[in-house]
Amino acid sequence: MKRLVCALLIFAGIGVPASRVEAAVLDQVKTKGFLQCGVSQGIPGFSAPDDKGNWTGLDVDLCRAIAAAIFNDPTKVKFSPLSAKDRFTALQSGEIDVLSRNTTWTLSRDTSLGLNFTGVIYYDGQGFMVRQDKKVNSALELSSASVCTQTGTTTELNVADFFRSRKMKYEIIAFATADETVKAYDSGRCDVFTTDVSQLNAEKLKLAKPADHIILPEIISKEPLGPVVRQGDEQWFDIVKWTLYAMINAEEMGVTSKNVAEMTKSPNPEIKRLLGTEGKFGEALGLPNDWAVRIVKHIGNYGEIFDRNVGAGSKLGIDRGLNRLWSKGGLQYAPPIR
Amino acid sequence: MSEIADAGRRKGRSLLDNPRLRAILVQSLLLIAIASLAWMLIGNVRTNLASRNIASGFGFFDVTAGFAISQTLIPYEESSTYGRAFVVGLLNTLLVSAIGIVLATVLGFAVGVARLSSNMLLSRLAGAYVEILRNLPLLFQILFWYLAVLGTLPGPRQSLSLAGEIFLNNRGVFVPKPLFAAGSGAVALAVVAGSALAIILAIWARRRRLATGKIIATGWITLALVLVPPAVTFVIMGAPLSFERPELKGFNFDGGLRVVPEFLALLFALVTYTAAYIAEIVRAGILAIPRGQTEAAYSLGLRRGLTLRLVVVPQAMRVIVPPLTSQYLNLIKNSSLAAAIGYPDFFYVFAGTTLNQTGQAIEIIAITMAVYLAISLVTSALMNWYNRRLALRER
Ligand SMILES: N[C@@H](CCC(=O)N[C@@H](CS)C(=O)NCC(=O)O)C(=O)O
Repeated sequence: MKRLVCALLIFAGIGVPASRVEAAVLDQVKTKGFLQCGVSQGIPGFSAPDDKGNWTGLDVDLCRAIAAAIFNDPTKVKFSPLSAKDRFTALQSGEIDVLSRNTTWTLSRDTSLGLNFTGVIYYDGQGFMVRQDKKVNSALELSSASVCTQTGTTTELNVADFFRSRKMKYEIIAFATADETVKAYDSGRCDVFTTDVSQLNAEKLKLAKPADHIILPEIISKEPLGPVVRQGDEQWFDIVKWTLYAMINAEEMGVTSKNVAEMTKSPNPEIKRLLGTEGKFGEALGLPNDWAVRIVKHIGNYGEIFDRNVGAGSKLGIDRGLNRLWSKGGLQYAPPIR
Repeated sequence: MSEIADAGRRKGRSLLDNPRLRAILVQSLLLIAIASLAWMLIGNVRTNLASRNIASGFGFFDVTAGFAISQTLIPYEESSTYGRAFVVGLLNTLLVSAIGIVLATVLGFAVGVARLSSNMLLSRLAGAYVEILRNLPLLFQILFWYLAVLGTLPGPRQSLSLAGEIFLNNRGVFVPKPLFAAGSGAVALAVVAGSALAIILAIWARRRRLATGKIIATGWITLALVLVPPAVTFVIMGAPLSFERPELKGFNFDGGLRVVPEFLALLFALVTYTAAYIAEIVRAGILAIPRGQTEAAYSLGLRRGLTLRLVVVPQAMRVIVPPLTSQYLNLIKNSSLAAAIGYPDFFYVFAGTTLNQTGQAIEIIAITMAVYLAISLVTSALMNWYNRRLALRER
């Protein structure tokens, strides 16, 4: 019913004459005193509440980084858990300021939804999980399988492409939330559970017996996951975009949450520009000049948040893979600050 | 100047003094106000959507949908359009609603009558049924049927089977599918002809009874008329019927007719839940008929069953039908809870998946409202027609 509420919200908002100029998102956030951030309903490692009820994860840390840059306080964020189906409506209607919820960047989402993707926080791809006792070693052996997935995702479209282009029979059962999907898979209604590989790893932890399931080697799609904002506010678009870039640049320059205070004394001009001891780059964004110091001090650089949430230092233990820095053979590459 | 104004005022006053004219005036003003408000709203919505770069319009209906649907009554593929997905979803909603309404009515009447039974055990059981089913949230009942009942069935390889023909597992129910060969047309024709004769016989028997008061036993003749011609044709045409058996192939059964567990779970939940309400309506309807009617029937020598069937229920129907209509409407609307278990009903396919993949919330929510409104209005219209037929005719 959330979806209906969302739709009615846009309806209400959108029915009033257009003459009223909307305030810039940054100003709205400052007046509210917090950032409203759309996240998932619980994917460990990406966005999930911990045992104390605090939201944690890679996607969550991006929101905290934005809050740190604006308020110098990473706790000034409120989170809206959203299902895959409801997420865009929530952003369009202004219910949230930024959507940071394992969302794949696609052309139609970037254009006809009136939204903009600000970058890629995680390079992902879609995979399949099956029960070990089905004795399947490859996705090509999945003919005639029943497949569980979540509706309103790129996943349900990719899986249709995969099976139909190979003329393999299959049956798809799509559920509204991740929990329903996982429950149906766990109960044996489906032979296969499919979604982005990172989420397969995360959801696996929720199964009754995680060890009984394997993830097949095939990756059937490109899923660049990134934060999303509404079109029409270039300043806000830049802030969200450069928050992620600041974290990637910080990793590249060796600036970490532990050494950031010393690094402000560094003579290296690149580091000086990043940390605001030279130039007025923060101001150009509408932020204080030490914006990147705030981000790295409170949250860390990209490598740190990756490691802590999904990488070697976490329960998921996912390999950096494509998400290594470009200089280390990966795809993570941030434009220079100058 | 003042004279003209005066005249105008006087004329105006006399016009406004006419109650009929005044009513028409007020109503048309209201209509104009509502229409212009709607016009303004639509205009604003369009400009605002455009200024936010959100796509609008109804062009998406012939764009390729790209997603698969697990139950389709008409041919549908991933390469079909959103328009076709719309129809598939609508048919799925109509299917579960129509079957649900029929079964809920049967079960509801049975429970309602049982509750009034003089057999203590039966009436207590019926009472317990009503109280339990009516007081648990429907969503919970749907999930119960889906996860706790159908979800615990064995997998396809360990299917429960009936005579090796019908299979039951956590992927649904599989039954042999009838394949009609050449010559089945003639059999179908025989069925139609036989039934037509049976109906003519029934009409004739009724006329006779009304005219002469004699009851003619037509039961056996009717049965013969319906069964014998098709059977004879079937044999003459060389048994033009075979069955395609469901067979285990790979992960699942292939071939045969299949009913998916999502449909069954939704249907069971809707039927048992709505039947509890219908039972109460039926009980109230029967209790509303004065006891004197029953006593009069008894003193005419009618048996209990006949009294109920010929005297009580026909009168009770007048009390039962109007609230029954609203239960039917509830069942149709409740079927939209299908999303929770992934049954591809209209709400789910259209206001869920299609809305999300196209992002056109406003158009889709508006169409969805219109569709449910239309289904409800048609249902009420049918029930109202039925109700008028039942209404007391003064003679
Ligand atoms: N990246 C894909 C899929 C993202 C997605 O929503 N995946 C599901 C798979 S389990 C999920 O994260 N669900 C969590 C939830 O609904 O809270 C997309 O953007 O469409």
